[in-house]
Amino acid sequence: MNDTVTKAGGPDSAPQSIPPAIELRGISKAFGPVQANRNIDLTVQKGTIHGIIGENGAGKSTLMSILYGFYKPDSGEILIDGKPIQITDSMTAIRAGIGMVFQHFKLVRNFTVLENIILGAEDGPLLRPSLARARKRLRELAEEYELQVDPDEAIEELSVGHQQRVEILKALYRQADILILDEPTGVLTPAEADHLFRILNGLRDEGKTIILITHKLREIMEITDNVSVMRRGEMVASVRTAETTPEELAELMVGRKVLLEVDKTPAQPGKPILEVRDLRMIDIDKVERLRGISFDIRAGEIVGIAGVSGNGQTQLLEILGGFPEKGAKISGEVMMNGQPLALNGRGSDAAERRERGIGHVPEDRQDEGLIMDFPAWENVSFGYHNAPEYSNGIFMDCAAIRADAEGKFQRFDVRPPNPELAARNFSGGNQQKIVVAREVERNPDLLLIGQPTRGVDIGAIEFIHKRIVELRDAGKAVLLVSVELDEIMSLSDRVLVMFDGMIMGERDPETTTAGELGLLMAGVTDRDASGRDGITPAHRHPADHPDEPTAKPEGQA
Amino acid sequence: MDFNTILQILDSAVRLMTPLLLACLAGLYSERAGVFDIGLEGKMLMAAFTSATVAALTGNVWLGLCAGIIGSLMLSLVHGLASITFRGNQLISGVAINFLAAGLTVLLGQKIFGLGGRTPTLNPGAELEALTTPFRDWLSGIVGPDLAVTLTTMPRFTEIRLPFADALRDVPVIGPIYAELISDHSILVYVAFLCVPATWWLLNRTRFGLRLRAVGENPAAVDTAGVSVTRLRYAAVGICGVLCGLAGAYLATGLSAGFVKDMTAGRGFIALAALIFAKWRPWGALGATFLFGLLEAIANRYPNLELGPITIPSMFMNALPYILTVIILAGFVGRAIPPRAGGEPYVKER
Repeated sequence: MNDTVTKAGGPDSAPQSIPPAIELRGISKAFGPVQANRNIDLTVQKGTIHGIIGENGAGKSTLMSILYGFYKPDSGEILIDGKPIQITDSMTAIRAGIGMVFQHFKLVRNFTVLENIILGAEDGPLLRPSLARARKRLRELAEEYELQVDPDEAIEELSVGHQQRVEILKALYRQADILILDEPTGVLTPAEADHLFRILNGLRDEGKTIILITHKLREIMEITDNVSVMRRGEMVASVRTAETTPEELAELMVGRKVLLEVDKTPAQPGKPILEVRDLRMIDIDKVERLRGISFDIRAGEIVGIAGVSGNGQTQLLEILGGFPEKGAKISGEVMMNGQPLALNGRGSDAAERRERGIGHVPEDRQDEGLIMDFPAWENVSFGYHNAPEYSNGIFMDCAAIRADAEGKFQRFDVRPPNPELAARNFSGGNQQKIVVAREVERNPDLLLIGQPTRGVDIGAIEFIHKRIVELRDAGKAVLLVSVELDEIMSLSDRVLVMFDGMIMGERDPETTTAGELGLLMAGVTDRDASGRDGITPAHRHPADHPDEPTAKPEGQA
Repeated sequence: MDFNTILQILDSAVRLMTPLLLACLAGLYSERAGVFDIGLEGKMLMAAFTSATVAALTGNVWLGLCAGIIGSLMLSLVHGLASITFRGNQLISGVAINFLAAGLTVLLGQKIFGLGGRTPTLNPGAELEALTTPFRDWLSGIVGPDLAVTLTTMPRFTEIRLPFADALRDVPVIGPIYAELISDHSILVYVAFLCVPATWWLLNRTRFGLRLRAVGENPAAVDTAGVSVTRLRYAAVGICGVLCGLAGAYLATGLSAGFVKDMTAGRGFIALAALIFAKWRPWGALGATFLFGLLEAIANRYPNLELGPITIPSMFMNALPYILTVIILAGFVGRAIPPRAGGEPYVKER
């Protein structure tokens, strides 16, 4: 471990006169044989933003659940404002001034904002006075902290960002002085995340204490004052954010050196694998989701599609993967290895796509990539369950599938290395490894991969990225869809930006900036940005048109 | 069909819809709190049996009513234990309760009265003096001796004549409606109808109602707000038991004069269908159960309905409520969104 890091307990320069907002001493918690938290010490100073970082399964969430009264610690003590306290249930935590914003919001979807705010914090047996007071208080809070929401709107009508504001307002309405946010930016667009950070800064300036749980290093560096790192149930370090670097934190989290940058050589594009021409899709509600998409992917390159989620990327992946939404009208032309690909009717299903050499790691691995209650070894065969090596006449060759699963687990370092466990029992990163192993090891000519690292911890991200690059270097084509700009920029050989069902432009990741891509993602076209002729009709590879200026005027060296 | 016939049919519909309305509201409380309850039938049956039994043994219908509520509450407790505390499957628990009630009532009835599972017909004069006398003396101090005698010697619920019913009878239109339709029902009919606005108010205007609705939609939201999911759901299941008790007691001691085997005749299931039809709302429950009550009333009045040359046979008329139930359950009513957490036992997790 690094010597500059003070072992647990936090920065010691804080004045002794003010007791810390939270002090945990020797907290341990075991679930059966699994030690989720081992002898945790943590000190969070008043009026600071304190980051807690660690891989999935490091015990961050367990620790915070203990603080919010969900679990009882096996041993250890909790001090709030210097006073010891027994937190037996959520009510005690709320009374002690702790508010929690969960990763999955705890809101009643068909209630109004106001009803959600007062739920459990009503003034009396009748609702009317409570609602009136909440309305008034909400207006004050909104002004104070930039937390505007319409109090009479139903939760299901609100965007995810606004729902999160309601959660924060709920905590503030209960006069929380300590606000815990669990992976708050996982579901937010970049703009919403920026707004959230402004809110958090405002809250800190008002003297609130904030604990931010995340595994995104960039957020930690951007907003926290102090940061504590957890690894395998232990608190391995607490440091001042200003005195550390992302590399050091990553190393502490994973326990070894981690490459944050993807290490790859320039692409050697070959012949076109996938050619998409004027692809259009109108969904069952008659909304045009794709409005004439055209692009190519060549052998040996990774094409990244950037964009705020909900701009047609999902539909594009689903059409190419062979499972578009029911009732959608699809038109256009797609060629795979020079042969047309059926978009409707016979031969357009997922099985056919796999036969044609298209592997697919879906965006939503829990719904589309895995069957969560089935054992991992069965999951390893899904989509390829008819393959001769998995079959024994009309029967499944369970022994062969098991053996293959064990091999995949080893090669992809899936933990725990037990294919008999249900998919549900693996962490997000390991679930994703199972899906990636299944698709990549089939050696597809084209790999569709959506949000490859959503909810995946840093060690697994590095691993998955490496596999994607290896596949590319083996001369395969990769279509990468991600809402993480960092991932798109570091992994892709070419970047297409989607907005409102259209491709707004193409950029070279080496030369473009996040700001430029952000503009395209917000729908500012090439024409608006540079006064040139707008989007090229088809984003073919530059090699096809050596004389023609491609859609990256600034990037051309 | 003249005005009087219509009034008589409506009057009959009101009587027949009462047990449905009570059971439907019972289901409403339970399901809005996220506990599906197909055991309404069994609870009503048990309440009908216990109320009729106690009313027959003591000659006092009020004691019978209490016994009905207690009988129904016992089964509610079983359902609560199975589906809330032990997180079992709510449908299976409900089915078990229905079977239990169907068997237990007949068995106990035979054991106590030896009439093949029936209770004796509830007639005046069978009261247990040892029980009723002190009760009557206590009561006469409060409501006066005349009413005390009436109340304590009631073997079954009799019709209440509302004030001015006789005086207003001759006023055109309003008079008959008041005297025939609104007046002259048993107390439980009025209680059932008052339950509708009361339920609406409780659900929408009180803290308890807000929490109850929330626990049926997203129990995690209630739990993280520091409110006990278990306690709320037990409260809802308890209210469900009380209302089923009223429904069963009305069947055995109001609508008829004693318990007979399987006397609920699927009313619990019709109430469930009405609940879906009503989209889990109290005023909707009133409308839906009225429709079922009306169909039953028409079937009773016109066993063989003649429409010109065609005669609709009585079997069809009697089957109408059940046919309607099937049509409604098949989704004819359009989209009815059940409480989101309905049927799911709550397991605390993050």
